[in-house]
Amino acid sequence: MLRAGRSAVSSPVVIRLEHVTKLYKTSTRPALDQVSVTIDRGEFVFLIGPSGSGKSTFLRLLLREDVPTKGDIYVSDLNVAKLPRRRVPRLRQRIGCVFQDFRLLSNKTVGGNVAFALEVIGKSQSTVRKVVPEVLDLVGLAGKADRMPHELSGGEQQRVAIARAFVNRPLVLLADEPTGNLDPDTSQDIMLLLERINRTGTTVLMATHDHSIVDSMRRRVVELDMGHIVRDESRGVYGVGR
Amino acid sequence: MRTDFVAREVFTGLRRNVTMTIAMVLTTAISLGLVGTGLLAVRTIDRTEQLYSDRVEVQVALTSDVSAADTDCSQAVCTALRSKLEALTQVEAVRYENQQQAYERYLQLFKGQALADLVRPQSLPSTLRVRLNDQETGAQAVRQATTGQVGVRNVIDQREVVARLFDFLGGVRDVTFGLAVVQAIAALLLISNTVQVSAFTRRTEVGVMRLVGATRWYTQLPFLIEAVVTGVVGALIAVGGLVIGKFLFIDQLLSGIVSNGVVPPVEVADIIWVSPILVMIGAAIASVTGYATLRLYVRL
Repeated sequence: MLRAGRSAVSSPVVIRLEHVTKLYKTSTRPALDQVSVTIDRGEFVFLIGPSGSGKSTFLRLLLREDVPTKGDIYVSDLNVAKLPRRRVPRLRQRIGCVFQDFRLLSNKTVGGNVAFALEVIGKSQSTVRKVVPEVLDLVGLAGKADRMPHELSGGEQQRVAIARAFVNRPLVLLADEPTGNLDPDTSQDIMLLLERINRTGTTVLMATHDHSIVDSMRRRVVELDMGHIVRDESRGVYGVGR
Repeated sequence: MRTDFVAREVFTGLRRNVTMTIAMVLTTAISLGLVGTGLLAVRTIDRTEQLYSDRVEVQVALTSDVSAADTDCSQAVCTALRSKLEALTQVEAVRYENQQQAYERYLQLFKGQALADLVRPQSLPSTLRVRLNDQETGAQAVRQATTGQVGVRNVIDQREVVARLFDFLGGVRDVTFGLAVVQAIAALLLISNTVQVSAFTRRTEVGVMRLVGATRWYTQLPFLIEAVVTGVVGALIAVGGLVIGKFLFIDQLLSGIVSNGVVPPVEVADIIWVSPILVMIGAAIASVTGYATLRLYVRL
């Protein structure tokens, strides 16, 4: 799994964890224990495992919401754990995030929500005006830019969230249970959208509990249990009967 | 930096917590108004001191026999005293006032009063009126040089009378500064609290900002500017309050002693001098408090 010796720069590797251990002060058992994994550019990876297996910690560490107790994490050419505070925004601009609860701003329109992600990193008004309709079109919300989030269905709201995560063209899209609040049909639509985004060359890393989605997609599956990687299959299923 | 974006965020922030914002502005205004009053008191004290250093003299009153015999300080006792005083480095000038001159001044001071008729020139002492160029040590030096000397009746320091006025003004200054400090602490806590509330009500926005990689400036600047805006608005209200206070209150209170030249008036120019200081204090307190709050209490 660990492809050591490869230089991070100009390699296809987008995410690399090397013997990463994360201990929380309040727990005796590490949330992640000596985890090493490599994810290449353009891969679509499911991160599965029961609650408390370390999935959230995995994502938090990638975003530098937290730092590992031991080990190194690379996103593209950035050494995440050793990144100085002032350069953390640069890391996060390369990572898009989608959550189970959408996290849209209820006082802004659909277009406003997507534009917000560009405005707060200082993009010009002209860029915003050009890019926002493009990405809304991509996620299938053309013509809904002026709607408020509460006027949309759950699936549509998640599309807005995906549009916001993708609008700055990140290297990686992290999706934490993106279908957790959606019915199976809508979930399927969201997966198709994530697949479309993956086809643009964006690496997608999705944490999920949804068996049927993992089984139907037949993509790489990394399974965590008690902080260890217990399985890493390139065309895996959720693991029925486990 | 997208200024329009930051400005919009500041505006929504202020509007969203409007009651808190008003409380913060008023507390800051009262605090800075008191600081301003204190500064005006300091300025008035300084100017009153200047006013008096020009006028206040130390009087060396001569005994009645010397007073009666000498009309122009030409006799030995008086000239000796005079040259001794003039030799002091703290002394600027010495003027002799004989009994007749003292009597005329007395008549003028108590014109139209029964007291004026009671006094004869002979009952008033001649005086050596000493102007000082060093207000701090001069009076003491004059006292040392003359007390107990032949021909000296007593030494009167006019500043002792004026000192009571200064004490009063100094008291006003101390009380206003004291109140200002208490109010400033209240303003400080309110600003800190408002920043926290503001950050809490916008936690979703801030969360999204952090996730998409907004820099610290983008996430924190709106809160800081919010605090500074309220600080500055508070300062402006304080300045307005001082102007109103001057015309409604101070002018009337001081009108008697100002027209007699006892105390210099408080001018609008004084308030104009004070106002940039207040605005700067307001902005500085707000921004430092805001920044400290963001660093210590708010995880952005």
